[in-house]
Amino acid sequence: MAKSPNDVVVTGIGLASSLGVGRAAHEAMLFSGTLPQPVIETEKFAPYPVHPLVAVDWSEQIPKRGDQRQMENWQRLGVFAAGLALDDAGFKDDAEACGTMDMIVAAGGGERDINVDSLIVDEALKRNDREELLNEKLTTELRPTLFLAQLSNLLAGNISIVHKVTGSSRTFMGEEGAGVSAVETAAARIRAGQSTHALVGGAFIAERLDIILMVEAIKGHQTGKWEPIWARDRSAGGGMIMGTVGAFLILESRAHAEARGAKIYAVIDRVEGDRGNRAEGRMEKRLTRMLDGSDISLVLSGTSGFHELAKREKSYLEERFPNAAIRGYGGMLGHSVEAQFTAGIALAAMALAAHKPVAPFDADHEKPMTKGADQALVTTIGHQRGEGIALLAANS
Amino acid sequence: MSDKFRDHLGRPIVAVTGMGVITSLGQGLEDNWKALTGGVSGIHDITRFPVNNLSTRIAGTVDFIEVPFSNAVERSYAMARETTVEALAQAGLSGDFDGPLFLAAPPVEPEWSARFALADRAEPSSQPGDAYNRFLAAMRVRPDAEFHEAVLFGSISERLADKFGTRGLPVTLSTACASGATAIQLGVEAIRQGRTVRALTVATDGSVSAEALIRFSLLSALSTQNDPPEKASKPFTKDRDGFVIAEGAATLVLESLEAAIARGAKVYGIVRGCGEKADSFHRTRSSPDGGPAIATIRAALEDAGLSEEGVGYINAHGTSTPENDKMEYGAMLSVFGERLKSIPVSSNKSMIGHTLTAAGAVEAVFSLQTILTGTLPPTINYQNPDPAIELDVVPNTKRSQQVQAVLSNSFGFGGQNASLVLAAEPA
Repeated sequence: MAKSPNDVVVTGIGLASSLGVGRAAHEAMLFSGTLPQPVIETEKFAPYPVHPLVAVDWSEQIPKRGDQRQMENWQRLGVFAAGLALDDAGFKDDAEACGTMDMIVAAGGGERDINVDSLIVDEALKRNDREELLNEKLTTELRPTLFLAQLSNLLAGNISIVHKVTGSSRTFMGEEGAGVSAVETAAARIRAGQSTHALVGGAFIAERLDIILMVEAIKGHQTGKWEPIWARDRSAGGGMIMGTVGAFLILESRAHAEARGAKIYAVIDRVEGDRGNRAEGRMEKRLTRMLDGSDISLVLSGTSGFHELAKREKSYLEERFPNAAIRGYGGMLGHSVEAQFTAGIALAAMALAAHKPVAPFDADHEKPMTKGADQALVTTIGHQRGEGIALLAANS
Repeated sequence: MSDKFRDHLGRPIVAVTGMGVITSLGQGLEDNWKALTGGVSGIHDITRFPVNNLSTRIAGTVDFIEVPFSNAVERSYAMARETTVEALAQAGLSGDFDGPLFLAAPPVEPEWSARFALADRAEPSSQPGDAYNRFLAAMRVRPDAEFHEAVLFGSISERLADKFGTRGLPVTLSTACASGATAIQLGVEAIRQGRTVRALTVATDGSVSAEALIRFSLLSALSTQNDPPEKASKPFTKDRDGFVIAEGAATLVLESLEAAIARGAKVYGIVRGCGEKADSFHRTRSSPDGGPAIATIRAALEDAGLSEEGVGYINAHGTSTPENDKMEYGAMLSVFGERLKSIPVSSNKSMIGHTLTAAGAVEAVFSLQTILTGTLPPTINYQNPDPAIELDVVPNTKRSQQVQAVLSNSFGFGGQNASLVLAAEPA
């Protein structure tokens, strides 16, 4: 594609997951040339395996203890990953750049206080006046700071406070689609000249019983042990293994990035989301429309692992891009809902920048690459609804 | 495109061609406007849940919309659906909307009734703090797809998208008290980008529950002047002691002016400019110097290509909390200087309370109606002015006055601020 000053380029990557903190840990997964091994916690939330958060020294990105205390892990991880992305792009201590930076966060909700909730439902089992009980207990047991830690828009609020990103602050919600819309909106603004640089991303904590409950309500989790994402045992649950991930990106206009001599990982040529009834091939039709005319050699698939959706997506991709190498990154990082799409874009951008083959994450279901890719596709098919795609190209 | 359809920066002018609104004052723009200009309060005693022992026992809940189950998702959806039906009818649009949907909606969590129901069918506790382990065991025995759908943030926009045939992936957003304004801003941006000629912008909040009320109480954000309820919200007065939590929804159909004129639509007004600026000061308090609020107002005026002199009326955020009203006054004074005294500024929240996620859009609708009717809605309960806030708040009684452009402020909890400039259709 011909270069344009308003091209949307990726200039910063902030990733933290079960595999580690920062780019290097994730580049090791992509480029080591050997089969990467996932990190899995099988005991703590049994029968549900999860990809747990690696040990993080929050102080590296959240220097004030007081700030750390005002958050629970979901917000901490988001603020931390946002800091990594700002650092990576060279914006960390640039007050002027942060003060004019746009921000879109894809957010779920924060942690419930499991002990307070338990206390209330246990007490309620003994009483008939449950609503009165609720008032009584909530008034005395709720911690105001926890309420703030639960508020969806306060991940963004905390990023403003800790990193001073204040150009604008928007929080998108709606599971996987929130991440898709966040990138789609930021990219559309940059392309139209409405924005020059933006922080976009989300965080997800898998190690939460309240979150695990959400998906177990539709029997969505794989139970027992980890298995490769394309080959999960249908008799052991729904196929999803959640993973703790913080994934933020710095997106810039080409002109803005080049003027400051920034490293450009990749160019986002296209990003779009859609939704609707998925029956009778309608989901595939939407993908075909969004992918019209594209040709790529690498797919970073954000499949949730849900059996039917994973199968349909893989068949579709294999038919549409017969020569492409497909990598189900959710198998390695776990499914991270709101952070899933930006995590995939981060991985694709690193693969394009390095121009190295990406090792299969599953030797039986993913084919090897012989050379680096020039174009990559990132997909995220929502576990309940919504589909998103991003087409990225190397900045050549 | 001819120049008359372009703004001062050469962008497509964005028209409002349909509006719908629900507040505690009633359903529909006509009823709401009549009550609002009549100085009627929609604040009342809470009957939705018991309030004994709670320090705040009043709210502006919407209790007249029928819902299949009483929960935040159903109420928020039902109100959004009704205001959208009204707005589309006003816009003369039927069939698939065929433009994007931007929805401001409250974050949702399982209702307590759902937790109690799970506890009822789960095994008894074997150790303190094990409720969620028991809930999970109960779900393994009997999954509950309705529980799943009820806790998904994307479920309201999904239903609206299906019902009204919007295009693409809808955006569901939350910028706290600025959410409604942000939804409009996203619609304006999409039209200016040329991505679409029309956008459906909806904001809804039906999330008043015991837990929501108690949470805000614990932050000392709510008025505790329960008696009489209709007098509790008193923005810019000396006795203001917090906001009154409320519910509502609004829908605005946005179209490029060119597309609106081309199809012969009636134009109710123009969204002339949007501004935003985040605050990095504190999680619940605004910068005391009002810096971000000042920057937000200035950004909106600049985006609108309007000088300070061009603003004829301000629809204030005016929450009736000690802090907001003082800060907002300071910010307005800083932007408008001495002239502020001669600009009428009123707060719809004196009558409808703080509709939270919906507020920015509800108040945008009322701002446009102010321009259309030449009537300024009053700030009621203005008996004891705060001497430190020298404003013409249109005290207690409506006023007839023609205005060409209105500034509408939304300053959010968590540091998210947005202002809109609404204007009359260009001559």
